[in-house]
Amino acid sequence: LEHSDKQVRMLDRFSNKSTSGTLHLTATHLIFVESNAAVTTILHHHIASVEKLSLTTNGCPLVIQCRNFRVVHFVVQKERDCHDIYSSLLRLLRPVSYEELYAFSYNPKQNDQQREEGWQLIDLGAEFERMGVPCDQWQLTDVNRDYKICDTYPRDLYVPITASKPIIVGSSKFRSKGRFPVLTYFYQEKKAAVCRCSQPLSGFSARCLEDESMLQAISKANHNSRFVYVMDTRPKLNAMANRAAGKGYENEDNYSNIRFQFVGIENIHVMRSSLQKLLEVVGSRSLSASDYLLGLESSGWLRHVKAVVDAAICLTKAVTVEGASVLVHCSDGWDRTAQVCSLGALLMDPYYRTIKGFMVLIEKDWISFGHKFADRCDQLDGDPKEVSPVFTQFLDCVWQLTEQFPQAFEFSEWLLLQIHEHVHSCQYGNLLANNQRQREELKDRTHSLWAFLLSEQQNYVNPAYCPGHAETHPVLEPSTLPCHFKFWRNMYLQFDRSMHPRQSILKNVLTLKENNRQLEDTVKELEAVSNLSCLPVCLLVCLSLHSRSLFHSLILAMSLSVCLLVLILSHYLTLLFSFWVSWSLSHGLCLNVSASCSVSLSLSVSVQKFFNLKALFAREICLITCQNQNSQKYKI
Amino acid sequence: MEFSEHIKTANVEDVVLRRPFYQPTKGTLCVTGHHLIFSNRGGDSARPFLLLLRNIDAIEKRPSVSSGTITLKCKDLCVLQLDIPGMEECLNIASSIESLSSLETVSEMYPFFYRPPFLSLQDQWGLSSTEQHYAQMKEIHDGWRVSQVNRDYSVSPSYPPAVIVPHSIDDETLVKAARFRQGGRFPVLCYYHRETGTVIMRSSQPLSGANRKRCREDELLLQAVIDGSELGYIIDTRSSQQAQQARMTGGGFESKSCYRGWKRLHRQLEKGKVLQESLIKLVEACGDQSHSVDRWLSKLENSKWLSHVQTALSTAGLVAECVERDGHSVLVHGSEGTDTSLLVSSLAQLILDPDSRTLAGFLGLLEREWVQAGHPFQQRCAHSAYSHVRLRHEAPVFVLLLDCVWQLARQFPLAMGFSEPLLLRLAKEVYASDYGTFLCNSDQERCVTGVKERTHCLFQSLLRANERQHYSNPLYERTELAIWPSIQPPSLQLWKGLFLQWTDDALHLVEAQKVIQNLVSQCHRPLNEKVENTDG
Repeated sequence: LEHSDKQVRMLDRFSNKSTSGTLHLTATHLIFVESNAAVTTILHHHIASVEKLSLTTNGCPLVIQCRNFRVVHFVVQKERDCHDIYSSLLRLLRPVSYEELYAFSYNPKQNDQQREEGWQLIDLGAEFERMGVPCDQWQLTDVNRDYKICDTYPRDLYVPITASKPIIVGSSKFRSKGRFPVLTYFYQEKKAAVCRCSQPLSGFSARCLEDESMLQAISKANHNSRFVYVMDTRPKLNAMANRAAGKGYENEDNYSNIRFQFVGIENIHVMRSSLQKLLEVVGSRSLSASDYLLGLESSGWLRHVKAVVDAAICLTKAVTVEGASVLVHCSDGWDRTAQVCSLGALLMDPYYRTIKGFMVLIEKDWISFGHKFADRCDQLDGDPKEVSPVFTQFLDCVWQLTEQFPQAFEFSEWLLLQIHEHVHSCQYGNLLANNQRQREELKDRTHSLWAFLLSEQQNYVNPAYCPGHAETHPVLEPSTLPCHFKFWRNMYLQFDRSMHPRQSILKNVLTLKENNRQLEDTVKELEAVSNLSCLPVCLLVCLSLHSRSLFHSLILAMSLSVCLLVLILSHYLTLLFSFWVSWSLSHGLCLNVSASCSVSLSLSVSVQKFFNLKALFAREICLITCQNQNSQKYKI
Repeated sequence: MEFSEHIKTANVEDVVLRRPFYQPTKGTLCVTGHHLIFSNRGGDSARPFLLLLRNIDAIEKRPSVSSGTITLKCKDLCVLQLDIPGMEECLNIASSIESLSSLETVSEMYPFFYRPPFLSLQDQWGLSSTEQHYAQMKEIHDGWRVSQVNRDYSVSPSYPPAVIVPHSIDDETLVKAARFRQGGRFPVLCYYHRETGTVIMRSSQPLSGANRKRCREDELLLQAVIDGSELGYIIDTRSSQQAQQARMTGGGFESKSCYRGWKRLHRQLEKGKVLQESLIKLVEACGDQSHSVDRWLSKLENSKWLSHVQTALSTAGLVAECVERDGHSVLVHGSEGTDTSLLVSSLAQLILDPDSRTLAGFLGLLEREWVQAGHPFQQRCAHSAYSHVRLRHEAPVFVLLLDCVWQLARQFPLAMGFSEPLLLRLAKEVYASDYGTFLCNSDQERCVTGVKERTHCLFQSLLRANERQHYSNPLYERTELAIWPSIQPPSLQLWKGLFLQWTDDALHLVEAQKVIQNLVSQCHRPLNEKVENTDG
């Protein structure tokens, strides 16, 4: 399986640049090492397709398209090598069982206990408690303890207190895949609930009394409103077509207290081809601004993104302004429903806009309620018609919101990108498989993504985040003007560095913050030590400046440096050396005080750039200049 | 004062003012010679709202029986509404605003009356002169000289009195070369690239005409520019077809046979009416309240504004590439040499020259390449996107420049010493200003009307300590390298800060910017303070 090929060139897909290097193929990764040691690593699970183009004079071209939107174009000199790589990749591309996935071989050097703890970081029971559930109107039900009522739902489900077991069972039989209405978010302030389910099996005229009482129960659990909104997230036409197959939507005449409405988000197939078109447009070379905008329009992607956000806004308004409960569904209630419920919760509850809260939200609305990650993200070799960028689209919607409210989110787009990366990487157990029941067996041998992300959460912090924003704007009211919906370059062209800003404000500010934190620590350490040794140092400096003889000053400078050595901790040896050199130089040549000062300053400045330890030097310099000034005073 | 005859009604009570970001307020409206003043009736702490009449681009009135509504659409793209009780008052106010906002006499404009306490007319007007600029560039003193050939503006009415030309070319040759160029704008130096020793020059089109006239002196002048090296590039900002057509009207281009060593490249940049209409369409699209993404994208595309940004940046990139990567000198021109040539040459300098990316350096660049070089501001910026007046010479070339600079700054957020607020301020000032900097069409006109003696200079004012702080980029880290922008459409963005600045969402962005700014200054401050403390 292991391959290495030395004469390979990697072409940039937008410019004529290319780099040559060596291509390695391991059991899990494709690794390209450039001659300047830069490394490109591609996980096999990320590869969506490999294509061998016809032979050219330079060699055999191999185009690899990845699910994280990376497109790499290799040219392998020998056709035979190219064919070898091609056929090995094809074999690796289509894992058929979960055991073949990277998550089972990935080992981040953790023991079993740590691994277990990682899985327990996010606790949905605690999350419902945070929302104020169970309460006098909502209770935890154990009907699905063994996944008997609905095998794509989690074990723990929350239903209205008045919904008895027969009602639940009856309702679940009347709903597609048994996905009966359950609570997903509780808006404590107005006691309004967001519930989710799948479409009713109503056909043209079928009724189900239990299902009707289920909705009645949901309505009764909220005293603020006499009715419950039923949001069908599909376009009306699609829902009507479903009736012919014995499915459909709620008939307002049969349900006594509902307000029914369609929202019109297109299905997974439309989304799949829309994103495909979008990628084709932005991937084309020498694109003109007009073609880009026209392509953006004809792909329809931004229109679909806006439709999802619009639906979430509609949901949020019903809940927060009217105080009404809302039941959201689509066909099976695991794609559009998940999008709308989670996005709505994000708008309503500032907690979900924090790093941990966002993970909880995904865990709740996507993972536990059975979004089919395995099918939608093509994790195992399966039906290509089941693949669809529904979750990517959700992340896109979240990004659009972070762009509109830069202060409202604790996380930056790097968190979104990282989560997206791992939906496809199959490196962690969380996002594997299609539902909780399937996932339970996998959990014991895999790691949790959330533990990993939380361990390095400082990387995902949005520097513009204001915790106070949550108090002033508990509910976000995004603008739905179309100019606020933008193409997310950092997602869909994330590996095409030539398209990105060459400098990143986000990165810069984060580095600045981190440096500052480190420096403050150092300053504290320094202050602690320098309090002790300040006096002798000053004395020494004064003496050394006063006595102008070469011999004296050399000795004194040396003793000073020894003193400084005590002063500063040993890991700044290099830096100390530069000062020592500058000091002994200036003294050795009997320069006056200001000159010596400037020499040490300039020297330190040049070293400073090298070490990038700016402020530490500022501190150092000021110590020394201060001592210089003291000595000057002394002389006068 | 003669303004009074335009003012039919000076004061109206109980007017309701509606403007972005504020609740409608009731107060007194007052029309003066240059301003619309609105003061809140309660008026204890609230400062009166002041609007420069010059800023008003279009005025729409809807009088009814007992009251009337006036909608003011400003050149800074803000839209205000005044509800005025009394139909007659409404009509009077509207006609006063109409006539006062369209006064054309330069010496009657507000900059001639603006006397802030913090500036003095004795201060130097402008940041630097050609001579000072030349004196700073010691390394060009051997090959180049300052020529005063245009000291009385007789050679080229739109050029400044002094220009930098090759040492070997005497004034007499310049005079003859100038006759061969439209508007007398013979090739002059605008940038010297130290690393390669090559230059960027600009001029107007040669007047070769239908029968392919030649001018020995013009050829000599260009020969002197590439003296020694084999090759120079002429970047013509018209398509080759347009350049051919220009010959029919007396213009033309440098033919290969006459200008040995010069290679001509054509890059079509739009200007004039096309550009103005593009801006109008863009602003219209931004004001559209429709909720359809498709409609928005198609309107945005239809405006072609981003295409103009893309072409301008790519042409500037081409010029910079010739100078930096190929090591060849470049001459940029279009037809008049007062619009797209300036756009391209100044963008190329921003890409190449770290000095022009500082706050003072950028303002200096604008002064040299736009104000002194004779961009006809008064003609180009007479009206903005809302005006219904028939277009004459209007074109938002300067706004396009600012947009391109903004794109550069977005791609290199650390490389620019100035921040977005500066660009926004300039975009506003260029249309309506308290300062005299953007008055008139050329240096000559500025001298004749006494702009330099009787108005204050915007650039000087922007460099005062507290203004400087507001317009500096807190993240600035000087880089000596050229900054090559990506011109792929996904890298270019609509400049929301300008075109959508009056929508609510702009507020969130401004707030976020402030947070970042504070954060950065906080990161710097504790250490600075500590340094100071220890110093004490």
